[in-house]
Amino acid sequence: MRFPLALIGAAAAFTAATSVVAADTQTVGMRRISPDQYRQIITDVFGADVKIGGRFEPDRRESGLLALGSAKVSVTQTGLEQYDAMARSVAADVLKTKGLVPCEPAAENAPDDVCAAKFFSSVGRLLYRRPITDGELKAQVGAANAGAVKLKNFYSGMELSLAAMLASPQFLYRREVAAADQAHPGDYRLDAFSKASKLSFLLWNSAPDMQLLASAESGELNTPKGFTKQLDRMLASPRLEEGVRAFFSDMFAFDDFSMLAKDAKIYPQFSLEVNKDAAEETLRTVVDLLVARRGDYRDIFTTKRTFLTPVLASVYAVPLPRTDLVNGEPDAWVPFEYPADDPRAGILMHISFVALHSHAGRSSPTIRGKALREIMLCQKVPDPPGNVNFTVVQDTSNPMYKTARERVTAHATEAMCTGCHKLTDPMGLALENMDGAGGFRLQENGKTIDTTGVMDGAKFNNGAELGKVVHDSPAATRCIVNRVASYALGKSMASGAADYLKTLEQNFAKDGYRIPDLLRTIALSDEFSRVTLTKTAALSDSTAK
Amino acid sequence: MSTSMNRRRVLRGMMGGAAVTVGIPFLDCFLNSNGTALASGAELPVAFGTWVQGLGFNPGFWEPKVIGANYDNNVQFKQLDPFKKKVNIYSGMKVFLDSRPAAPHTTGFQVCSMGDIPTQAGSPPSIDSLVADTIGTRTRFRSLEVSCDGSPASWSRRSATAVNAAEPSPVALYKRVFGPEFKDPNNATFEPDPQDMARRSVLSYVSEQRAELNAGLGASDKARLDEYFTALRGLEQQLDLQLQKPAPMAACTVPGAVEEAKVGADVGDAQINGKLHAQLLAHALACGQTRVVNVSFSGSGGGSLIRIPGSSQNFHQWTHEEGIDPKLGYQPNCTWLMDQCLTGFVNMLAALENVKEGDHTLLDRMLIYYFTDNGYARLHTLDNMPLMTAGLANGRIKGGHHVSAIGDSVTRVGLTCMQALGVPISKWGTYSNDTSKTITEVMA
Repeated sequence: MRFPLALIGAAAAFTAATSVVAADTQTVGMRRISPDQYRQIITDVFGADVKIGGRFEPDRRESGLLALGSAKVSVTQTGLEQYDAMARSVAADVLKTKGLVPCEPAAENAPDDVCAAKFFSSVGRLLYRRPITDGELKAQVGAANAGAVKLKNFYSGMELSLAAMLASPQFLYRREVAAADQAHPGDYRLDAFSKASKLSFLLWNSAPDMQLLASAESGELNTPKGFTKQLDRMLASPRLEEGVRAFFSDMFAFDDFSMLAKDAKIYPQFSLEVNKDAAEETLRTVVDLLVARRGDYRDIFTTKRTFLTPVLASVYAVPLPRTDLVNGEPDAWVPFEYPADDPRAGILMHISFVALHSHAGRSSPTIRGKALREIMLCQKVPDPPGNVNFTVVQDTSNPMYKTARERVTAHATEAMCTGCHKLTDPMGLALENMDGAGGFRLQENGKTIDTTGVMDGAKFNNGAELGKVVHDSPAATRCIVNRVASYALGKSMASGAADYLKTLEQNFAKDGYRIPDLLRTIALSDEFSRVTLTKTAALSDSTAK
Repeated sequence: MSTSMNRRRVLRGMMGGAAVTVGIPFLDCFLNSNGTALASGAELPVAFGTWVQGLGFNPGFWEPKVIGANYDNNVQFKQLDPFKKKVNIYSGMKVFLDSRPAAPHTTGFQVCSMGDIPTQAGSPPSIDSLVADTIGTRTRFRSLEVSCDGSPASWSRRSATAVNAAEPSPVALYKRVFGPEFKDPNNATFEPDPQDMARRSVLSYVSEQRAELNAGLGASDKARLDEYFTALRGLEQQLDLQLQKPAPMAACTVPGAVEEAKVGADVGDAQINGKLHAQLLAHALACGQTRVVNVSFSGSGGGSLIRIPGSSQNFHQWTHEEGIDPKLGYQPNCTWLMDQCLTGFVNMLAALENVKEGDHTLLDRMLIYYFTDNGYARLHTLDNMPLMTAGLANGRIKGGHHVSAIGDSVTRVGLTCMQALGVPISKWGTYSNDTSKTITEVMA
């Protein structure tokens, strides 16, 4: 537990604010926290022992990122039922855990407003990411009081009131508040607490910690020196891994794993464990390379290093070395490096890419190529038209077309299909050594698979060489800069952002393509806290540009 | 009430692990002398459902040859024969694009369910939300959404930002509806749960903060916060209902717990889960827990993900990749999967029909609206869309008709459903899909 409530309780009573939005400010965004953020906040505030179960409302992907969709989604009654059930379960665990309530009630069978106020002023500050207002504190204490009276138990009342707080819009929505920017008439600038949240969710995928909140409250965060100090502290923290992991999980669309299923007859080795571990392999690889080793982003497409579990190793058919027992249990995750002469390298040959972007019972060069274009290069591939004859692609037993290349080539000779297939298929075919579940193969139907091709003028002979081409592609670095900026700023990078993006790209290259440095550059840029509202939108709208 | 308790004991466990059909006689003492209404004089509550299946049927194989009453089911709809008198089939209707681009497996669903082709920025409420606003405000759940193919995606929505996620797991659905918070309406005694009373008063503290939270919000954020508070109001109403003795529902029986269900897109799993969902929803409707249900057998995410185990492609892929058998005149695997989907629909109707309420059945007071995404999925067509209604909406709809309305918008069926159910609406849809023409042939 990073913020034990015992410490919070021992701290001086926090000042309550008078209202959610100060008179001279505007709300410029309201983002629903993600399931991972919900879990992380609960763990940070109440400890890892508190169980979180239940189903979250589905997220919505906008411009390639769930993070952008979070500003558009609401809560339905079904969803609120789920949030409410989760909140009650969390609250029950918290109230059962000794020491999390910082005071003893005068009598256990009656309300104690003083103790309740002490608890909710400190917890509210962490859960709402700002000082709790007078009205909010009064409501929480009132709720605890009413619950305690009805149930004749102080802790039961506290439990119900905490549950209500955890299902409240103040907790579920991250509200961004801005004040008029005196230096730029017509523009707004995020207030200190909104800035703190923006920074914390970006870098740690969680709510601000005590230090960051204190910096916001004191005004220090609004000074360049104070902001840089907090930014560097957070970048240096091991918790940066959580932020980077959350970003790549979003960018790589790993939420799709929840719906991924492989045919058990065709791919019997693709178990639920493989499904569970596949995304984790890539996230561990990326975080290790980009955060722990402070490596070059482009190397994710060429690295021979990865992390495997026994089930993943069995799909890849690689020998996994025995590992030391940790606390009596074998550590399921083992660092692994493919030998130099192994044809596999880079995350494009991970199960998380080749299996996620395949059919349930076979590979798909077209889907893989499309995913590569759209996810890694930020290029849009048009949807297929209607009335297309796909028969030849499907018939894997047709003796005329033994490999996917032959089938796709025969299909793509149709005039209406050629244009788009040229965009996708060459790259997808380079990955054909990986079957629909991520297993390695050299032949299909007895014929050697041809993995040669060309992408945007650059030739490759196999999947690993395709990784090298993507590594060297300016589109890949342009794409990651665009995605990180969109994610960090919480908005799609419109055409007006070209100059800003160009500057970021130049700095990214100068800094050796390091993601932590890119995050730092963006956080320090004026755009991070400046908000320009569209003319047609009412003030304080999520349509902020 | 001891009879009811005994019956429930007998039933307990019957559904565990397998779908069963349980018909329970409606006790006469609850009915008037004609068996058409409650003894109190109140009408038996009307209920509504949507049933969604991706990828439709084969043109020429589902439309009855006869137009009007007493149609004979075409070869692909033979399974519906036992329900013919309560099913209306609508053919020839289309989705108008009005020069807007069509998303092959999305647009058809959207117009059938919302009357519109929404943009990212906005979306009108789906038909079930409009109906729930009229008939679903006094039940524990305003509506219940389920899916049979493992997907939480759903066409049910209050707006673009408030989509009602579908529950893929019958186990979870059972817990949600018949878990510890379920109050049996037929219990002789009723004791309000102090925990519910306390929760109710605590929630009011959250709702009282609405005005303060609304301050300084722009239009779209305010709309989203309004949706939150609408949901909260729903939660409060749920608790209010939990604190009152529910009206007896004689046909209500509590199903045995569903302990296990394999959620996924294999057609066999979809069929099992579809049956379990159908049974649970029938029990939920019979017990007055909701009056609106939405079932997605497949296709909520567009197309259809269901698949035959051992096959390298799913239903959607088959529609594009399978050749037409020259002898049969259709795609054999696709057609088999279409038949499977229709079996799911038949199972739903059977579950409702098997709940006896006097001389009538639960299906008699329901209206189920069946819709799909394409007229012919192989070609992504949006004309001659297969549409159906099932149930008699408490006598407000006549069954057993085949309506051919070539060239009319599909929205006519949705409008007809809504008017039959008392939704105060005189027209529905946008642009060329805007209609004020109900289907009078089926209106009682």
